[in-house]
Amino acid sequence: MRRTPPERAADYFPIAYPAFMLGLFFVVPFAIMVAVSFFRRVQGGFYEPAFTFANYGRFLSVFFGEVLVFSLVLAGLVSAVCLLLGVPFTYFLTKLSRKAQVFWLVALLGVLSLSEVIIGFAWSTLLSRTAGLSNLLVAIGVMDRPDAWTPGFAAVLTGLVYQAFPYTVLVLYPSFSRLDPSLMEASRTLGASPLKAFSTVVLPVLRKTLIATFIIVFIFALGAYLLPQILGRPQHWTLSVLITDQAVYQSNMPFAAAMAVFLVVASLSLVVIVAALNRKGAGQ
Amino acid sequence: MSAVWLKRLFLSALAAFMTLPILVIAGVALNEKKTLAFPPQGFSLEWYAQAFTDDGWRAALVHSVLVATAAAAISVSIAVPIAWFLWRRVAPWARIVEVLGLAPFILPPVITALGALSFWATTGFYGQPWTVVISHGIFFVSLPLVTVTLGFATIDREIIEAGMTMGADDRTLLKTVVFPLVRPYIISGFAFAFVLSLNEYIVAYMTVGFTLETIPIKIFNALRYGYTPTMASVSVFFVLVAVVVFGLVARFGDLPKLLGAWSEGDKG
Repeated sequence: MRRTPPERAADYFPIAYPAFMLGLFFVVPFAIMVAVSFFRRVQGGFYEPAFTFANYGRFLSVFFGEVLVFSLVLAGLVSAVCLLLGVPFTYFLTKLSRKAQVFWLVALLGVLSLSEVIIGFAWSTLLSRTAGLSNLLVAIGVMDRPDAWTPGFAAVLTGLVYQAFPYTVLVLYPSFSRLDPSLMEASRTLGASPLKAFSTVVLPVLRKTLIATFIIVFIFALGAYLLPQILGRPQHWTLSVLITDQAVYQSNMPFAAAMAVFLVVASLSLVVIVAALNRKGAGQ
Repeated sequence: MSAVWLKRLFLSALAAFMTLPILVIAGVALNEKKTLAFPPQGFSLEWYAQAFTDDGWRAALVHSVLVATAAAAISVSIAVPIAWFLWRRVAPWARIVEVLGLAPFILPPVITALGALSFWATTGFYGQPWTVVISHGIFFVSLPLVTVTLGFATIDREIIEAGMTMGADDRTLLKTVVFPLVRPYIISGFAFAFVLSLNEYIVAYMTVGFTLETIPIKIFNALRYGYTPTMASVSVFFVLVAVVVFGLVARFGDLPKLLGAWSEGDKG
């Protein structure tokens, strides 16, 4: 069937409802949040309409700078570890039988959909002194007595990698499964070892996918709001945690909104970079 | 072949990494006393039963399931018309609506949560139980939107042409050809939105955190005010729900294709 432009008023009807819902419950809330970021906070947890840049001015503090740098470094590390594990994993995954692939995909989706609360709770238990992995190491004689590995930076990093790994694989999966197998065969025929063929032929072909995935996972990790609280100490808090904290516990909506606007701008600039990369990739 | 063994070791290590936390919480929920020791001390299924018999946990479970069902229905009701319209009509401007549907999922979740909080507080409905249903419905539009768009893309337009030649009008075609073809994708989209809504914390917390306890909110509160093995058993139950739902999607649909692989028929 040929696609036709809408002509009569009734043709527009199907899109009217989604546009209305998304407009009212996504665009309007977003606009209110941006407006609140310019409001002035008043005592007692409320705010009044104003037009002040004071909330944005607080970005210039050392405290905010430290949280921002920590968030970016943490998200970068998570993204790097996830790619290091995810790239070989996804490559192997797409070579498995269809049945095995479906099995892995179900497991990955299961972990991906797990609540951050549950992931945080599970890892805090696994890294605790009473129920943790360290008990296992004591049992086999590697350690003298059980130790608590949480809260700490390593625990935060592990939890975030656990959460972001399935996401990384699912983002990589389409490109890897569409990869032409004859590329690998050709380079093998020409005498390259599997590792060499993978690193000199497969990876360069997928370079744009890899960069895009790094950025997508980076944004995903930037959004973590619970794991740094559950598995880390206050110095391991990220921007997302700080926003939640200011909005709910400090009742400072204007400052929380200003930080949220900042986070949106940062994420959107990264999304634009991904889109530009994809457009370039499609042109080749 | 050492390369094969290296690959197996790598895959097994990752499998262990992914299942260990779940095994441990499944284990601590077996403790006889109210402790989170592992290996469990004594053996009791009491904590697993409590997920359903304890009034507080059962109420949270009912809340979560009701919210997730209604929210997934809203997500689907918004996503299907968008996907259909983009497939049926030439209307580049309608892409804006599509982008709005995808945006909440790409942006950090705290943004949607804070937007929802500002919105419901401004309109005076903050804390009403139904607000989380709408906010979740909007938050998860992207999942059915992606699956249903994919569903429409798989329809061979020649089938539709044939139907039109035989004299079928738009409505008949939609009912007898188009809808049956995209139905599996609609169901998958619903399933994805349902499971993610069940597990969602921050939007639920910022809309109804103080008036309605869903399971993730209750687990988080338990984390702060005292661990019980029940929170572990409930978590295990949630893992099972996710695996069963995605297992069903895989059983009745083409999961690799749904996740973006080329369909190659039977690979093995």
